[in-house]
Amino acid sequence: MSDTIKNPEQQQRVRVERERRIAASRRNKIFFAVFIVIALVAPFGIYPVFLMKLLCFALFACAFNLLLGYAGLLSFGHAAFLATGGYITGFVLTEYSGLGTELGILAGTAASAALGLGFGLLAIRRQGIYFAMITLALAQLVFFMFMQSSFTGGENGLQGVPRGQLFGFIDLQDNLNMYYFVLAIFLFGFLLIQRTIHSPYGQVLKAIRENEPRAISLGYNVDAHKLLAFVLSAALTGLAGATKTVVFQLASLTDAHWHMSGEVILMTLLGGVGTVLGPFVGASIVVTLQTYLSNSPLGEWVHVILGVIFVLCVLMFRAGIVGWFSKLIQRNFK
Amino acid sequence: MKGLRKAIGLIVAAGLLSSTAQAAISDDEIRIGYLADMSGTYRDLSGPGGLEALKMAVEDFGGQVNGKKIVLFNADDLNKPDVGANTVRQWIDEKNVDVVTGLVATSVVMAVNKIVEQENKLALISGSASSALTNEFCSPNHIHWVYDTYALSNGTAHAVLQEGGKDWFILAADYAFGHALEADLTKVIEAEGGKVVGKVRHPFPSNDFSSYILQAQGSGAEVVALANAGADMVNALQTASQFGLSQSGQKLAGMVVFLNDVHSMGLEVTQGLMLTTGWYWDMNDETREWAQRYHKRVGRMPTMAQAGVYSSTIHYLNAVKATDSDDSQVVRSKMIETPINDMFAKNGKIREDGRMVHDMYLAQVKTPAESKSEWDLYNILRTIPGEQAYRSLADSQCKLIKN
Repeated sequence: MSDTIKNPEQQQRVRVERERRIAASRRNKIFFAVFIVIALVAPFGIYPVFLMKLLCFALFACAFNLLLGYAGLLSFGHAAFLATGGYITGFVLTEYSGLGTELGILAGTAASAALGLGFGLLAIRRQGIYFAMITLALAQLVFFMFMQSSFTGGENGLQGVPRGQLFGFIDLQDNLNMYYFVLAIFLFGFLLIQRTIHSPYGQVLKAIRENEPRAISLGYNVDAHKLLAFVLSAALTGLAGATKTVVFQLASLTDAHWHMSGEVILMTLLGGVGTVLGPFVGASIVVTLQTYLSNSPLGEWVHVILGVIFVLCVLMFRAGIVGWFSKLIQRNFK
Repeated sequence: MKGLRKAIGLIVAAGLLSSTAQAAISDDEIRIGYLADMSGTYRDLSGPGGLEALKMAVEDFGGQVNGKKIVLFNADDLNKPDVGANTVRQWIDEKNVDVVTGLVATSVVMAVNKIVEQENKLALISGSASSALTNEFCSPNHIHWVYDTYALSNGTAHAVLQEGGKDWFILAADYAFGHALEADLTKVIEAEGGKVVGKVRHPFPSNDFSSYILQAQGSGAEVVALANAGADMVNALQTASQFGLSQSGQKLAGMVVFLNDVHSMGLEVTQGLMLTTGWYWDMNDETREWAQRYHKRVGRMPTMAQAGVYSSTIHYLNAVKATDSDDSQVVRSKMIETPINDMFAKNGKIREDGRMVHDMYLAQVKTPAESKSEWDLYNILRTIPGEQAYRSLADSQCKLIKN
């Protein structure tokens, strides 16, 4: 009915918009298919443990991006969730070695989600810099708790976490098995975030990001929406931390340190905040540079090089690499 | 048929022979990985200088052992356990590295040790401090070369007590590392008739030490012990110097202080500080000769950790040469069998728990007037015999030691 009211000009615009959306979704599907194929064969060419690390950080950045890119909340305390996932999983798998690896990871994820609920309840009452500061302060509390408590091994961390067996019969000690397991976890997290963003709930989140008072006046329970996004992000971050612990068989304070919260911001901004692939690309760049530079004669310059890249990125393409790239595509291939 | 069987027999025999030859020195190369903090806090303690010391050791061996080439790999661990563990795993999986050296931050070292033990390779630890590495975390696959927290705190406490300091004040970092130092110290002090008149713990890390230093000054103790490390230790020392702690007659004893710390803080701040060191460049002709050679390449004098990288590598390569093998356990038992006599240690012995026991030295930082050159920093007051300095095997919780 409503279509008939519109004048031809409007109809034309709607049609163009719809076509563009269809084209974009087709493009995304192709990208995704290519990604899956590459991801499946990659461990035969590249060292699998490195790829697993990359996937863990990519999941971490994607989870962070859900909050920053789609709910507009800049959390400066995400390291706490990464570390909680890691420590709880490490502890559970070490102490109760009869449990399957998947249950250990679930335990870590659940603990992170619970912590996220606690953080979220306190933090979402404020916006902007205050929100960031509250999350930072809470994360520092968690950091000191991990440093002092005995189950984490203090500043030495947990070592020798057994990788164990998946569902009781797949040996994860084998790097290839482990890799496909991590890939499955990453895809699960990634698709869950995708689904969330494109759901009506995701639309409301974007509305809140754009104009919170208007969302309130439209009758949305803004706090509940934000809290759910926060918990979801914390849980997925915990999942990334838990997986990382199983991959490396260790959990350490590095993951709880505020540097880690900064690093994930760097990854997300570098790749493109609020873009689907951005965090993945950003995490890949940061992890790859860290790994390969630290093995090269340029090793001492890792931090400087990362810093310069970040500055250049902020100055030249503010939408991040993926944001800049997709603008380029839009401009040239309508 | 007979001929064919003979041929097969010959082929099998040849195969066996060649495989035993491979077992001797794998891949016909000795592959050494150097993992250390190249860009962070521990850069000056070990870092690029340690790599240079490793290269010196390899060059002194002519770049080969029994005709087999020595190949080096190196990486920055960024002080992150996951980065270090990943690097070492990759070295072993893809490059079949035989031995890992350097190894500074304890959390990194512990992560690396687990992998080295799993894969049955060898780790030679020079930079790390924790005495737990050869106690509850010992393994048959690593050797701790230069020093540990037990030797540093015990050595300093013993020696300072013998110099007459009876009343102690302990300033400790409030985490496991500081607590361990504090406990070790208290034990020694009380066992030797001294007294702890006061102690205070500071959060880790801390920037403002003024209230703690004031408490130390007010305590009336003769000796103020700093049971912390790194930036905390530097901050505490600087505050102590500003408050004129040593001018007012109290002695400062640092538990974990390295040559590079003293050099960067300067003698104005550190003068009079008592500390234990595993090695000092200006002890005798042999150490001076090696240190000068190092100084030419790096432009700095070597720390004990850097000298330890050289010494441990030479000892390792000697063991490889003697056994003509790079199998970790064959080489390790040869290393244990052979005493260490080089510019780093005299009559040093590697124990079954992986601890290299050698003499330690009590040093006092010179005053600016005493110091004749940039690196003329320590007066060596006395030698602490290795058996006294290190934790005795009777107290060991190491799984390799049957008590």
